[in-house]
Amino acid sequence: MSELARAATSAELLRIDPLLDDPATRILVCCGAGGVGKTTVAAALALRAAERGRRVVVLTIDPARRLAQSMGLRELDNTPRPVAGVDESKGGRLDAMMLDMKRTFDEVIETHAPPEKAGQILENPFYQAMSSSFAGTQEYMAMEKLGQLRARADADAAAGEESWELIIVDTPPSRSALDFLDAPQRLGSFLDGRFIRFLTAPARVGGRAYMKVFSAALGGATGVLTRLLGAQALRDIQTLVAALDTVFGGFRARAEATYQLLQDKGTAFVVVAAPEPDALREASYFVERLAAERMPLVGLVLNRVHTTRAGELSAERALAAAEDLEEVGGHALTAGLLRVHADLMRRRARDHAMAGRFTAAHPDVPVVEVPARPQDVHDLDGLRDIAAAMAGGA
Amino acid sequence: MPARDSTPPDSHWQGVRLHVVTGKGGTGKTTVAAAMALALAAGGRQTLLVEVEGRQGIAALFDVPPLGYAERHLAVAPGGGDVSGLSVEPKAALMEYLDLFYHLGRAGKLLERMGAVDFATTVAPGMRDVLITGKVYEAVRRRRNGGPAFDAVVLDAPPTGRITRFLNVNEEVVGLTKVGPIRNQSGSIMGLLRSPQTVVHLVTVLEEMPVQETVDGVDELRAVDLPIGGVVVNLVRDPVLGTRDLADAVKGRLDPEAVAGGLRTAGLGGHSTGVQARLATLTEGLLGEAADHGERVALERQERGTLAQLRRPTYELPALSDGIDLGALYELARRLREQGLA
Repeated sequence: MSELARAATSAELLRIDPLLDDPATRILVCCGAGGVGKTTVAAALALRAAERGRRVVVLTIDPARRLAQSMGLRELDNTPRPVAGVDESKGGRLDAMMLDMKRTFDEVIETHAPPEKAGQILENPFYQAMSSSFAGTQEYMAMEKLGQLRARADADAAAGEESWELIIVDTPPSRSALDFLDAPQRLGSFLDGRFIRFLTAPARVGGRAYMKVFSAALGGATGVLTRLLGAQALRDIQTLVAALDTVFGGFRARAEATYQLLQDKGTAFVVVAAPEPDALREASYFVERLAAERMPLVGLVLNRVHTTRAGELSAERALAAAEDLEEVGGHALTAGLLRVHADLMRRRARDHAMAGRFTAAHPDVPVVEVPARPQDVHDLDGLRDIAAAMAGGA
Repeated sequence: MPARDSTPPDSHWQGVRLHVVTGKGGTGKTTVAAAMALALAAGGRQTLLVEVEGRQGIAALFDVPPLGYAERHLAVAPGGGDVSGLSVEPKAALMEYLDLFYHLGRAGKLLERMGAVDFATTVAPGMRDVLITGKVYEAVRRRRNGGPAFDAVVLDAPPTGRITRFLNVNEEVVGLTKVGPIRNQSGSIMGLLRSPQTVVHLVTVLEEMPVQETVDGVDELRAVDLPIGGVVVNLVRDPVLGTRDLADAVKGRLDPEAVAGGLRTAGLGGHSTGVQARLATLTEGLLGEAADHGERVALERQERGTLAQLRRPTYELPALSDGIDLGALYELARRLREQGLA
């Protein structure tokens, strides 16, 4: 047996059902590169957990239209809605929602800023651009929303009401997906730093007297920024930051709380990848990053692995037989089928070699494979099939 | 010798200097961007391949150490010509920008001490995209020896779902800053992006979600007047079976007896006991695989139809069975040239 083949089989199997059934599992985060089927995997896990008896909410970031429709998500209304068609005979339930980053941001402001400041913030042009069209906001807001869902679950449970036992989160489709892990630290260094004092100084103390004691550096920085941005834009930014000042602290405290929640043993991170070099390189990055942050990784879901229905016939034999038949003539159909098979066998071998390389680098990460399907998932049955494949380790 | 044009003579995209390449994750947009940079460099031209998400996908493709902010030579194109590579890092872009345009080297240090640089590059959403597009703009505009430093810049851009926001970020900045050099700079960048010197190509594969994202991406780009280039259909496989066999395979109408007969003729199934059963299992397996194959091909045909409705020039690249290495990139570059994308 070659090195690679042995590595491919040495990975421990990621067992999905015990993970989903364990009442101690409260949060499950799916991360991975874009285009690997992360959202589908998150939805499939959520459906399976619900049909095995747990009360689940799944937070998706940017689902494909038909996948969203399959869960009855017709609009981005930022509120969890019950998914119809779920088998609730075991006492479980599934709610689903799509993240609306602007709305989430607006709600944070409306809830946490003093009323007179809230209006000022919501109308600020920089706030409007930042909350609706700037990259990076999504990561902060995904973290905020996760914290909100968990708080609601805990509050409902404390009040003796029916509450979510498991929150499944999909992450934004980019390498910056884990940027939300940096949010507390980034906000912290900003809030403890000099720049925010500079930005808020004029508003806080009516300007000059305070500015004087604050070293010449401030004047220099103001000069530079005014030159770069223009006085009006700098004023807009300063007004916004000053108004947001009351919100930042809470924002940071919640981000820190969510960060700790993610390190908790009730949280499980699942990395999703496809058997492609890029996707697996990203998966390695996520695995290493999670380890560095001491986040509880439970394993890798390797999606879209090619499977065959006649694995006992090798690619080489199938091709040789196809060539023989083509030479003899009269069996074009069989020869064609043998070529289809040989092609599949090769792709399967390539997938396994890829998986083997990942496992060689990360021998402790359990893996489960999900077979490639001819069609995308459009309905709950499709999600059930994918979940069953994950659980069966097929 | 007459001055050489910046664009290869057979290219559909004469006069284009900035090729933005986007696509859904997993469609191979980095590979396509790299092949395009090679193709555009053919015949003695200079191209720059730019990565913006810090993934080091370019370094992996060309098998070189991780790229940094300093441009590095990546490959020599057929007939002479060079491809250089760069991974844009927002903080370095900001410092360079302050220094280059406003001679604010010292002011840059001041802003850094104040925490303004950290704020701009890590805390404030959106600023990264402003800085990255600014660096791309600088590379496109750079002059060397009385001509453009690069005949073409190929940008391995963020994925389709994010591309419009990424490219249009400077429009937001123009709206936010009434005066000042940042506004002017942002205005100039938007000017370049909306000019005939720029096109945005979309990479897809023949699967439902990537095609849907391509259609949505084209709509979004069009809505903000960004110039749409070609559609590159990547990882194309030729069907192994004929049209009628494919249709029959999906409907389960292929004749198991005929297949088993063929397998027997080819000597598959062996001669010992249990031959019949084994042959039947193998036949069933192969018919099942053929049905899956047929279903896939039918779906691909449907997706091709959807893409055709976009009425954009469309280019196809094959799935190469041995994966992508430097040799494969040259092969893909040749195919892009033959089809007129470069």
